[in-house]
Amino acid sequence: MINLSFIIPEIFISLSVMFLLILGVFKKNSFELIHNLSIIVLLITGIIVFNETLDIEKILLFNGSVVIDYLSSFMKIITLLAAFIVLAISKNYLDNFKISKIEYPILILSSVLGMMVMISSNDLIVFYMGLELQSLALYVLATFNRNNLKSSEAGLKYFVLSALSSGLLLYGCSLIYGFSGSTNFEIIASQLDSNEYALTFGIVFILVGLAFKISAVPFHMWAPDVYEGSPTTVTLFFTMVPKIAALTVFIRFLYVPFLELIDQWQMILVFLSIASMLFGAIAAIGQKNIKRLIAYSSIGHIGYALAGVASASNDGIQSSVIYLTIYIVMNLGFFSCLLMLRRNDNYYESIDDLSGLSKNHPILSFSLLVILFSLAGIPPLAGFFAKFYIFKAVIEQSMYFLAIVGLLSTVIAAFYYLRIIKIIYFDPEKEKYDQDHSPWLKFSLILSTLLILFYFISPSQLVEAVSRINFI
Amino acid sequence: MNFPIISALILLPTIGSLFLIFSKSNDQSNSTIKYVALFTSIVNFLLSIYLWFLFDETTSAFQFVEDREWLIGIVNYKVGVDGISILFVILTTFITPLCIISVNNSVKKRLRDFLIAILIMESFMIGVFCSLDLVIFYLFFEAGLIPMFLIIGIWGGPKRVYSAFKFFLYTLLGSVLMLVAIISIYWITGTTDVVKLYELGIDSKYQNLLWLAFFSSFAVKTPMWPVHTWLPDAHVEAPTAGSVLLAAILLKMAGYGFIRFSLGLFPIASDLFTPLIYALSLIAIIFTSLIALMQEDMKKLIAYSSVAHMGFVTLGIFTIQQQGIEGSIIQMISHGLVSAALFLCVGVVYDRMHSRLINTYGGIVSIIPKYSVLFMLFTLAALGLPGTSGFIGEFLILMGAFKDNFLVAVIASLGVILGAAYMLWLYKRVVFGKLVNNDLNKLTDLDKSEYFILISLALPTLFFGFYPEPLFNTIEVSVNDLIEMYNSNLINK
Repeated sequence: MINLSFIIPEIFISLSVMFLLILGVFKKNSFELIHNLSIIVLLITGIIVFNETLDIEKILLFNGSVVIDYLSSFMKIITLLAAFIVLAISKNYLDNFKISKIEYPILILSSVLGMMVMISSNDLIVFYMGLELQSLALYVLATFNRNNLKSSEAGLKYFVLSALSSGLLLYGCSLIYGFSGSTNFEIIASQLDSNEYALTFGIVFILVGLAFKISAVPFHMWAPDVYEGSPTTVTLFFTMVPKIAALTVFIRFLYVPFLELIDQWQMILVFLSIASMLFGAIAAIGQKNIKRLIAYSSIGHIGYALAGVASASNDGIQSSVIYLTIYIVMNLGFFSCLLMLRRNDNYYESIDDLSGLSKNHPILSFSLLVILFSLAGIPPLAGFFAKFYIFKAVIEQSMYFLAIVGLLSTVIAAFYYLRIIKIIYFDPEKEKYDQDHSPWLKFSLILSTLLILFYFISPSQLVEAVSRINFI
Repeated sequence: MNFPIISALILLPTIGSLFLIFSKSNDQSNSTIKYVALFTSIVNFLLSIYLWFLFDETTSAFQFVEDREWLIGIVNYKVGVDGISILFVILTTFITPLCIISVNNSVKKRLRDFLIAILIMESFMIGVFCSLDLVIFYLFFEAGLIPMFLIIGIWGGPKRVYSAFKFFLYTLLGSVLMLVAIISIYWITGTTDVVKLYELGIDSKYQNLLWLAFFSSFAVKTPMWPVHTWLPDAHVEAPTAGSVLLAAILLKMAGYGFIRFSLGLFPIASDLFTPLIYALSLIAIIFTSLIALMQEDMKKLIAYSSVAHMGFVTLGIFTIQQQGIEGSIIQMISHGLVSAALFLCVGVVYDRMHSRLINTYGGIVSIIPKYSVLFMLFTLAALGLPGTSGFIGEFLILMGAFKDNFLVAVIASLGVILGAAYMLWLYKRVVFGKLVNNDLNKLTDLDKSEYFILISLALPTLFFGFYPEPLFNTIEVSVNDLIEMYNSNLINK
């Protein structure tokens, strides 16, 4: 008999999705209610994960196709927290565009469910199922502002390209199944025949699919358009949450079944990492739209996270997880600032709209200053520590080339972050923006700024928290 | 547990700036804000003097050491001072209050933010000189970029954006390689604790690359030829207080870094690369002195003279002679006082005439005599006249150089002549001669606060010029032991 108590979080979310959907259909004008209930559902799920599964060393369920271990619990908690804050701060934005429909929270919940399945997957089929569940929800979310041409374009683009990558990924799965005889990660690991080149092809196809999901160069083409077109709160969701799940799968897929084939995939990961870091830094320089800029910036940051995964050590994996966590906090802060650029029910997204912000909005611009310097990786802010752990792990493996390219691209990236700071602090001011923000928005901005600013006081907490993630 | 005096020195300015953050900024409260900032920095100065008083000059060991767990298992928060670093700490705490007094006339907008930036800058600078762990050092070294970038960018002159970017990106580019080196040291030796590294030593096969990585960072910061070009830009555009901090303290971080890290950790590589440093230093001394001769902007001239003076400093450090290194440290302290004073002197006339061009001035000696006298004093100190602290430093550096390499010393001595040439010519054109411009008649002489600042810089310049004993006593043992360690490492290689 399978002990279902370990997947209570997933069960709870799926039941809630169904219940909320029915409630929404039968009750008129129920957006507010369902929105608030979804927030509570995410919070409760987070608490369940925290209480029930965080202490578990490793448990396999359903014939080994689902795994509950520390990595999965940690990543689930981050996913749920991030989704929780996205939902909490998106209400005003949706109201403003008159797109406050019950589908929004429900789609977010179901994509979170898909991600949780992905995070726990220990089997190619389960992994693919989770991936598709989250992707389908995300396509709809991207087009959520359906009267807006750009939003529809974003959704369509995302759908077509994502479907292509899913196809490649599925092809990779079938190759691996064909040449190893199983879809289960651990059985594949035990039956691995390292002379079988078809397996390498399978790995490559799956890596391509995954690289697409986290928008690593050269599979990043969709990201700037989709990020720009989608409603800002959805963009915020895109830049954080799917990456958590995809990175977890990256780690699990490479380190559980294919650790022995490390020579085959390490080069690919190093390439993805270097290309993303450099391209993200260079392409962002010319951007005028903040959301496009943050798309390139997130490409660059994913490059750093992948550098940790590429280093093939426990330190490396842990540093990637740390990097992603800190990146999410910075991203949250940045988008909170972006959502505050509102004047008479118009949201502003161009970089020039930030001009002289520091004159009229000292607190907002100070937060942006902290967040941007942190994104650039300048000490003593949290972003520096994120990079420090990554480079520590990378240099441990004597991958000096990767480290030096990574650090040089931080210098290039610093240029465009500085450009935004220059516009905020050195340029002439514009009209004031509205000050009446929702308390959640203020809360998320202040919380993320304080976390970034004072991370240096006790930098070991996060390292301790991830020190139980061990694969080698 | 004793009172953590070094942490207090580092934290006090930041705490002061927190008070400022929560105060309102308007015309009425500006003077209160200034007094809070001034009070904080003066308390910090007194604290550092107390530190000097407690300091034991007979040992080269690090004193007042604090060692706390920070990044558990990797890096400890370790700070402390020895004879070399304590003088820089005092220089920092001495210059900062003067900067704060000087903002009266030069900073017109957003005074509160400016003072916050200066105080936070002070924290970082003290942190650089006190840190005994490479990662902590890097942290403070880089963090200083943020306030300085804002100081140049917000309160600077017309080309401030270009200068601020150039300053930031040059320094960052130099420093990232140092970060690679620091992490490599961690993996090679298992620690980044400077004291332990002094004992362990670093395998000679790694030293060359590591030395170059540190060099790339310090060379930009010093600045050495050919990566010095950010300095004139930054100086010209920065507000007076910013230029003062930059010249007096920021440049010293690199000189200090050379002594503490390049010599201390990589003696074999330092020995190998000494000719490189000599060559670059000589080019800096001669070449930038010649450039300085041709400048039409007073601030630019002084900026180039800073490059030349720092050329003497790097030259002196790598002579690895007692005189050379002591001379370099004293030259750095003296340059800290004198260049700060010179920038303030330029600031005084700039605030009145809004021009830094030399040909705007001329014949002001009879209009503002007090100013002219003090300006004269600092001009002479900059060119190293006996009786001023500038002389002691330059003289010792040249003495060290003569011991080590005759030719280098001869060429460097030429730099002294050029230094005299451009400084005296500057002084002649600005102060003497005919009155070129009727507007100059309206110039007012130094007001109380300017007078106070310049006098308080003049006193130590003269005092240490005649009686440098306290400085020597403080640094002697530490420098001596550093050289012994260096030589014994070279023999054992």
